[in-house]
Amino acid sequence: MSHLLEIHDLEVKFALRYGDITAINGINFTLEKGEKLGLVGESGAGKSVTGFSIINLISKPGYISRGKIFFEGNEISSYPDEKMRTIRGNAISMIFQDPMMTLNPVFTVGFQMIETIRAHREISKDAAGKIALEKLKRVHIPSPEKRLDQYPHELSGGMRQRIIIAISLLTNPAIIIADEPTTALDVTIQAEIMDLLQELCESDNMALILITHDLGVVSQVTEKIAVMYAGKIIEYGSTDQVVTHPVHPYTEGLIKSIPGTMIKHGEDLVQIPGMMPTLTNIPPGCAFNPRCYLKNKICTEKTPNLKDVGQGVLVACHMKEQRI
Amino acid sequence: MNADNKLLSVNNVVKYFDISGGFLDQLRFKKGRISLEKTTVKAVNDVSFFVKKSEVLGVVGESGCGKSTIARVIMGLYPPNSGKIYYDGKRIDNLTHKQMLPFRKKMQMIFQDPYASLNPRKTVQQTLEEPLRFHHPESSNKEIKDKIEQVMEQVGVDPAWIKRYPHEFSGGQRQRISIARGLILDPEFIVADEPVSALDVSIQAQILNLLMKAGRERNLTYLFITHDLSVVRHISTRVAVMYLGTLCELGTAEVLFANPRHPYTKSLLSAIPVVGEKRAKHIKLKGEVPTPVELPTGCVFHGRCVYADERCRTEIPALQTLDSGTSVACHAVAENRTT
Repeated sequence: MSHLLEIHDLEVKFALRYGDITAINGINFTLEKGEKLGLVGESGAGKSVTGFSIINLISKPGYISRGKIFFEGNEISSYPDEKMRTIRGNAISMIFQDPMMTLNPVFTVGFQMIETIRAHREISKDAAGKIALEKLKRVHIPSPEKRLDQYPHELSGGMRQRIIIAISLLTNPAIIIADEPTTALDVTIQAEIMDLLQELCESDNMALILITHDLGVVSQVTEKIAVMYAGKIIEYGSTDQVVTHPVHPYTEGLIKSIPGTMIKHGEDLVQIPGMMPTLTNIPPGCAFNPRCYLKNKICTEKTPNLKDVGQGVLVACHMKEQRI
Repeated sequence: MNADNKLLSVNNVVKYFDISGGFLDQLRFKKGRISLEKTTVKAVNDVSFFVKKSEVLGVVGESGCGKSTIARVIMGLYPPNSGKIYYDGKRIDNLTHKQMLPFRKKMQMIFQDPYASLNPRKTVQQTLEEPLRFHHPESSNKEIKDKIEQVMEQVGVDPAWIKRYPHEFSGGQRQRISIARGLILDPEFIVADEPVSALDVSIQAQILNLLMKAGRERNLTYLFITHDLSVVRHISTRVAVMYLGTLCELGTAEVLFANPRHPYTKSLLSAIPVVGEKRAKHIKLKGEVPTPVELPTGCVFHGRCVYADERCRTEIPALQTLDSGTSVACHAVAENRTT
């Protein structure tokens, strides 16, 4: 129980009219203090649901149907809502994709920051204001004093995302879960925000779970990577190893399909045929089998589990585990 | 005009949008007087470039830099405030609707969001046959059906799905249908406005391959607009970089990516995250993109540029061609101050 965060056999279902669908299908991973983990996958792979379920933000009709989540050795997945609030936004903060949706447009930045601190600590407004100002300085916002009195619409997208990061820092969290934090932003701003997140994690020894579809961002920021496909982790390991020597055919295809990495100018990109199955219609056996070039009989019969293939990389693939 | 293979020329195009609203919104109270003031967004400012036959010209820039506006001005969806557009040697920006018709057949557009650009109440067949019936009223039902099937096969959508509606398809399939709609009139020139931005990575590769294949087979000319620099690098012959409504650098993809000259291009390229590479320090820009409502004087980039001096603040730099063939609009590059 020495891990900062441990996810054990997590399964999340959504109860729909025509029956339950499984969004997360038995995933396991751990996170250490100060570790940066990237959760990668395409839309619908279950990466955001994983992030949400850690802080128990799965809303109905979704529910955690199996598995446990431990934070600092305590099983937080069984906490009642009231107790969960001492963790959520306090010890574990979350940053969302769209900074305009996250900030309340009718309150000033300062008001929202002070409110957050006072929800978790019993301190005066003045003292909270000081903390807010200090955090705004830490995210390198120009003229921070002025920002406290501004409304979200007066700020640019990059600036708003910095404010969100400052808010998530207010309670000195141990883990930040960032769900596509830069997808809505331009590349130059994205680079600045990623630099900032990296810098903050390193100076405060904070752990980061970075949820994104962008392998480039993940490979620059994180140490560990978990690739998700149809609700399962299909490859897990050190980021450097996985992005340079992907083992699972899906990871391999994903990396080769990015222009400019392994393919010459103007040549056809490697493409994975077909598309990810919808969660209502996951094929039996390995969920990736209809799109896989290594597909064999066993792939349609048995679901592969994560196995160690060396170099600390875990892969869920029948064909690859046989080869090694 | 045609001697040097130019299919499309854009000359000094300016496009402003009036956002001042109604009469009451325009009222201002200044120095004891009431006056009317208009607010305009200066989306495209004096942009000139050309597209050669069968090349892919990539246009990159951040949101709000005017790249989509220029595409729409070229297609005749917005009239330019000033400037001229030539297609195959003929001026097209001042044509009447009727005079424009033959050009509409040759120029087609593919949009970003395949969820918004297909009519949800039309089947694939209806979507694809409308342009054919409109531009070729003489063709028979059989000809139209054959043409639709041929194009659907080419874009990788099973012709058996011809009676289906857009909502029955995934994002990638829908984008294939929009591409089919763009190809059905056998155009020469296609403007693709962020055609892969809304798609997942593995689907993105499929669509890019499809566009490149169609380009080769049909000898198409593309104007490819995107904010994704790795996509542009992969498919473009030449690349134009835009910032705040102006063109700041234009060159062959190879030279531009290997040796960017404009300070903005340098910063933009250094910000691309590359798989498998640890972060090389990107060149940070100071400040933020100014609004296109109040453009900076001189070079629009001067407020964020480390090389900016007095001349940059007052004089608008013109696009100048360097020895490498790249054109750059920057005083600092012209004066050799950037090294």
